[in-house]
Amino acid sequence: MMSNRTKKGDVLLSIKGLKIQGFSDEKWHDIINGIDLTLHAGEVLGLIGESGAGKSTLGLAAMGYTQPGCRITEGEIIFDGVDLAKLSDVEKRKFWGDRMTYVAQSAAASFNPARRLIVQTTASTIRAGIKNRQDAYDDAKQLYDVLNLPDPDNIGDRYPHQVSGGQLQRVMTAMAMSPRPDLLVFDEPTTALDVTTQVEVLASMRSIVEEFNTAAIYITHDLAVVAQMADVIKVLRYGCEVEEAPTRQMLSAPKEAYTKSLWSVRALEKPQQTAKASVLSLKNIDASYGIQKVLHAVNIEVPKGSTVAVVGESGSGKSTAARVITGLLPQLSGTVKFDGEVLPPALVNRSKEQKRRIQMIYQMADTAMNPRQTVREIIGRPLEFYLGIRGAEQTKRVIELLEMIELDANFMERLPGELSGGQKQRICIARALAAEPEFIICDEVTSALDQIVQEGILKLLMRLQEELGLTYLFITHDISTVNAIADQVVVMNQGEVVEQGLKTEVFQPPHPDYTALLLSSVPEMDPDWLTNLISKRVV
Amino acid sequence: MKPEPNTYSALGEVAAVHERRSLWTRIVIDLRKAPFTARFGMVVILAYMLVAIFAPVLAPYGEAEVFPEPYAPWSSIYIFGTDQIGRDIFSRMIYGARNTVGIAVATTFLAFLIGGALGLAAAINRSWLDQVLSRSVDVLMAIPSLIFALVLLSIFGSTVTNLILIIAVLDSTRVFRLTRAVALNVVVMDYVEAARLRGEGLGWIMRREILPNIMPPLIAEFGLRFCFVFLTIAALSFLGVGIQPPTADWGSMVRDNASLIMFAQYDLKVGLTPLLPAAAIALLTVAINFVVDWFLHKTSGLHDE
Repeated sequence: MMSNRTKKGDVLLSIKGLKIQGFSDEKWHDIINGIDLTLHAGEVLGLIGESGAGKSTLGLAAMGYTQPGCRITEGEIIFDGVDLAKLSDVEKRKFWGDRMTYVAQSAAASFNPARRLIVQTTASTIRAGIKNRQDAYDDAKQLYDVLNLPDPDNIGDRYPHQVSGGQLQRVMTAMAMSPRPDLLVFDEPTTALDVTTQVEVLASMRSIVEEFNTAAIYITHDLAVVAQMADVIKVLRYGCEVEEAPTRQMLSAPKEAYTKSLWSVRALEKPQQTAKASVLSLKNIDASYGIQKVLHAVNIEVPKGSTVAVVGESGSGKSTAARVITGLLPQLSGTVKFDGEVLPPALVNRSKEQKRRIQMIYQMADTAMNPRQTVREIIGRPLEFYLGIRGAEQTKRVIELLEMIELDANFMERLPGELSGGQKQRICIARALAAEPEFIICDEVTSALDQIVQEGILKLLMRLQEELGLTYLFITHDISTVNAIADQVVVMNQGEVVEQGLKTEVFQPPHPDYTALLLSSVPEMDPDWLTNLISKRVV
Repeated sequence: MKPEPNTYSALGEVAAVHERRSLWTRIVIDLRKAPFTARFGMVVILAYMLVAIFAPVLAPYGEAEVFPEPYAPWSSIYIFGTDQIGRDIFSRMIYGARNTVGIAVATTFLAFLIGGALGLAAAINRSWLDQVLSRSVDVLMAIPSLIFALVLLSIFGSTVTNLILIIAVLDSTRVFRLTRAVALNVVVMDYVEAARLRGEGLGWIMRREILPNIMPPLIAEFGLRFCFVFLTIAALSFLGVGIQPPTADWGSMVRDNASLIMFAQYDLKVGLTPLLPAAAIALLTVAINFVVDWFLHKTSGLHDE
């Protein structure tokens, strides 16, 4: 089946010299600075770049849409012979939801919680008069089937909260496919999903785009994901194009240094250390939130001076384990032993010294720092609190710590709101270091950051470990991060430890079933990876 | 330092953020952008404060000085005439600013101290303490506060201290509710957990981690609460259990001279006399609300373009 409006190979969309400005801090800034883009019918274009590179703005502009507070200042967006940049909203609305559709990042936030899925799936198709209600419903069920949703005939009768995140993302793809658009824009559709779910969603998205031969723009910051989806990849930075090339060529021979640096984090690999005496051990830990039990007889050993990565999907209990170690969630049974002594379960019963030796770094650096305190206060407080360092000596020590995390004294009087994401996470690391801890729990510290910033943070953490002999418990769901930093790996699933051992042992077969599934689901840079994986899993 | 292209450097990101302005420059910028209503409000509040502070200098006569001529008309000697026992109304209005406003400020501060501290403690603790405090507040709020204040003042006697304490306690229930509600949103943030993990005490978490982040709604509430306290005092004085004579107070001045309204048909100015203290109350209330509105608008982030 093929769209009757355009033929494969025709130029469907062509953007020329596009400039978009956004309004903030009382002036206009360039977001997109002169970008050209050509998309043929039936082609998938991958847009990749860091946050703030202008990927989403460009993706939306391809539909002629600009977010509130943005304006198109120059250039043309020619879709099938019509310049969208010159049309009024009313005229553009005839294209939206009919010939061009959009799949948003957070499906859960994008659905109307009060309407059934199938009603939302078909709404724009029926409104545009493409099909009548019955045909649209039948077609939606067919789409659910192609997208591999369970029980395709009835799943549409459910409400958004009754299906999982991955399923909801696929329903949204069905919604976007329902009017059989010529152009589909995917805006980071799998970023919020677990790896094992991501594979399923990617596979369904790709099959549906191929089946209906739809042109698509796929926006992501994950190169391995885009490699599976796109025919052509365009790299953006600061609103400008860095380079564009067919996928295979881009992966095998990137021209620009910036493009190469985009996947450098995946090349990081820590030489594995051999096991030493353990500094922290969890024995038979059971824990629960209220009546819901989340940890079942968990045993974890953390050798001194090494990094133990805890991997697992959301809900696997990895963060709960961290809460037990810190004393925020007293365990029901079992013991936490640190440096030979048993820690009291509840935080209030632990001594200041015990608290000082275990520090924690959070996933969201934004919420982990008080927005009303300056960097000096944030880093200075643990110095004063644990070590009694005040006044000029404290200032000196804060500067030392700032230099240790590769920043400098200029940052002392800044508020967290005046820092970038990577800088914020660095300040959080400095705050943890200020207490002179021996053990640091890193809870998904890099998952909210861009790849290239991630690399900087991971390198910093490794250097600090070498210099200060720190021990890390590194919670993550990203296997390439594990590769980059871990000595040992603990795999968790549904509150239980599936496997624990040296990185090389865990990553080498034979695996328990769950580890095998998790490892095979991590996207690789190979553009054939998804195809191979699907054929392997079917067999 | 010039960042090298195509490589990541933390220092290179510096250029993207601006220097933080000093507190004083920020205040000046804010004031310059303030709308007319807010400026008007600030001028009025400032004027009231000056009058309250310099009352003995400004007033032509003493607060309780009695002249042999009761109900004197407006004249060059007694600007707004005299009251039923011959005290100069203009002088009493000036002293009234000091008494009524002073007591209202003290009461509001006390209400915020009690309600704010308990609200924060309840939000952080969340267990039995929260339950006990919240339910007691519910009980207090279930009783109409003016009637409750009347009863308590009749029992304990209408001294200034009692007046301040009773109104402060009754009004602190509203402050408690607000503080608890806004603090609950902040308590769940990671930085509060981080402070707890560090081993910080309740006092530190309340003062340093939570309070600065909930200040805007509290300050706005302070302005509104002040108006209500002010009106409650005036109402109680009007009813005769508030500020006691001979202390000058706007509420009781309205009551004492209320009968003069009947003479408006003979002399308009005499009829206006009881409305003067009432107007003074109204003007201050409006002025404060102008300033609070502006402040709320500025901090809420709701800017209609």
